[in-house]
Amino acid sequence: MNWQGWAEIALTLGLALALGWPLGIFMSRVWNKESTWLDPVLKPVERLFYSASGIDPDKSQGWLGYGASLIAFNLFGFVLLYAMLRLQGILPFNPQGFAGVSPDLAFNTAVSFVTNTNWQSYGGESTMSHFTQMVGLTTQNFVSAATGAAIAAALARAFAGNREKGIGNFWADLVRTTLYVLLPLSIVLAVALIGLGVVQNFAASVTATTLDGSSQTISVAPTASQLAIKQLGINGGGIFNANSAHPFENPSPFTNLITAIAINTLGWAAFFAFGRSAFARKEIRALATAGILILGAGAAVIYAAEAQPAPALVAAGIENPINMEGKETRFGIASTAAWAAQTTGASNGSVNGMHDSMMPLGGGMAMLLMMLGEILPGGIGSGIAIMVVMALLSVFVAGLMVGRTPEYLGKKIEAREIQYAMVALLVVPLSTLGFSALTVVWPGGLDSLFNPGSHGLSELLYAFTSATANNGSAFGGISANVPWWNTTLGLAMLLGRFIPIVAVLAIAGSMVNKPKLAPSAGTLPTTSTLFIGLLVGVIIILGALQYFPALALGPIVEHFQVLEAVAAN
Amino acid sequence: MLNQARPAIVSMLLFSLLLGGAYPAVVTLAGGALFPGQAEGSLVRNAQGEVVGSTLIGQVTTGPQYLWPRPSAAGDGYNAAGSSGSNLGPLNQDLIDRVSSDVAAIREYAPTGDIPPDAVTTSGSGLDPEISPQFAALQVDRIALARGMEASAVSAIIAENTSAALLGFIGQPRVNVLITNLALDAAQPQATTTE
Repeated sequence: MNWQGWAEIALTLGLALALGWPLGIFMSRVWNKESTWLDPVLKPVERLFYSASGIDPDKSQGWLGYGASLIAFNLFGFVLLYAMLRLQGILPFNPQGFAGVSPDLAFNTAVSFVTNTNWQSYGGESTMSHFTQMVGLTTQNFVSAATGAAIAAALARAFAGNREKGIGNFWADLVRTTLYVLLPLSIVLAVALIGLGVVQNFAASVTATTLDGSSQTISVAPTASQLAIKQLGINGGGIFNANSAHPFENPSPFTNLITAIAINTLGWAAFFAFGRSAFARKEIRALATAGILILGAGAAVIYAAEAQPAPALVAAGIENPINMEGKETRFGIASTAAWAAQTTGASNGSVNGMHDSMMPLGGGMAMLLMMLGEILPGGIGSGIAIMVVMALLSVFVAGLMVGRTPEYLGKKIEAREIQYAMVALLVVPLSTLGFSALTVVWPGGLDSLFNPGSHGLSELLYAFTSATANNGSAFGGISANVPWWNTTLGLAMLLGRFIPIVAVLAIAGSMVNKPKLAPSAGTLPTTSTLFIGLLVGVIIILGALQYFPALALGPIVEHFQVLEAVAAN
Repeated sequence: MLNQARPAIVSMLLFSLLLGGAYPAVVTLAGGALFPGQAEGSLVRNAQGEVVGSTLIGQVTTGPQYLWPRPSAAGDGYNAAGSSGSNLGPLNQDLIDRVSSDVAAIREYAPTGDIPPDAVTTSGSGLDPEISPQFAALQVDRIALARGMEASAVSAIIAENTSAALLGFIGQPRVNVLITNLALDAAQPQATTTE
């Protein structure tokens, strides 16, 4: 560990948060249908969407209607992507001649990209055609991110409204977030990344004759266009198997800095957009403060863990035995630690180093950051929505302790909202731990594990944590491309995505009907340092209590085994 | 639900055209026009115009007159059509065995000097085009001997091809293996024939 490393981590996390502020104001204007400087170009495109689809964008929907539209859109997106994957062999732009993918892999992949997870049971450069990558996967990178943003837009309206019925129009939120926020940023970022070395072409591959005189086949792809939205949309699915560790996706420390900022910045922007649209800037600033504190602590733990002596290097007598296994020379441990925290704190899942080869506490912290609910800052909109649910719970708990009326952002919190909140929060550990336990006892379930011992259990736990949290990163040694894993991980992704979404929309539907109350002497202040502390406590205690027993059998026991192995040398 | 079908289907198809067709096409055209070399894959060609590699993609080099890259877990080593890390956990016996045999291999040509961690670990991609300046320094004597060059001349070429961390603290200092090897060949062309 050195000052350079700490400075890099602080800069990366800090810039992502700081850039989220102006972007959040813009995002809020888009949600609120205020004018933007992009209107002259994009208004006609937006109108085309509405007229062709028969949508009245000004019709505010109740929460059931909003939810039905969301589900219908995602359902058809799934069907279309599944068909594309199965029919890949006969579709165009397939210079390598890849065949259609198997039914279980197509199910897993289609669910994965529709749910904004981007779990990849396959290696991109050896499985997917350019057509699939672009028309299938890149498209879902955009619209799954916009689906998440729509949840936050609806919830913000619910808190802003006073005895109203509708929470907005799903189609308008979807189309506007995609066209005005995601698309322009992606174009700019993609072209800039090409300039910095990211490959972008449609060739099958390049064959080089190396200095040794042997032949090297180099896979190329339209990488920059998918990379930009993979980061900005907090998706995470790489064109190449090695994801953002691949030099074509992340050629230098500069591209690493830019794309690491892109992992988090629109997640934070959705926080600030929520604050502006719900007239609750100060309250949301408190939530962002809690989020960045936990994320910063997580990054620090990972950096410190990766700087500890690695047993294999100690055994071989290496003088400076830091854990460079699975890490790129240009990044080193600090860039990789910052990225690992950002990608798991947000529901991104791209990696610039292999998490499977991390030290136990480094990989364990990455897992814990996902287990905390993907709210640091989480996905675009889906993160702030669950963070607000956490805040509701904190206010409720505080209200129970001191006997004050629980209300948040001027809305009374009653039994119904807390029930919905518990559904949103409990489905995650239920799916993660349930599928993990089932796989341990399922015949052949453990055959897919790569590493032996406690690390193998960590691989399994990480996989179901990542799928349920809609993150998509992996302890990559696992061979997940088998029917059991493809199916169970696909179900975990569906549960972890749509049950919390429906619960949040139900909360929105209930809140929007309530009168907006002015704060009284009996209202718990939700902007104070005390509240931030309470919220951090609720988030960590919820996460730790639910998962500690499982973590104790994986990363925690492995940590002590590492200490023992290092001491033995 | 049926009244949701038309907007769901039509908007999804429009999105596919716009985001899956027009967007990558615009980016490809713009990138190809503005940055043709990078868009193509940062390829390096020799005097005959044949591609010898990409500056961004590591390749196996075994001749003693060349800088050698890190160990690689991509296929049999630097398989650029199948990027991969080793995914070995910190306590995996395979990792412990591999590191100790890599150390032994380095000690054959560099009996003294600290071995840096990147020299005996595989990268995340298996295609790492770079090594640490410390790992490059370990190889100077071997390269100088094989080429009949002064060690200081080899060190100077390595230093010319070393990149510092961005602004002194973002990322790590590093040496690009392929670019350095091409510079070595340019400085002393006769050594390219294998002895």
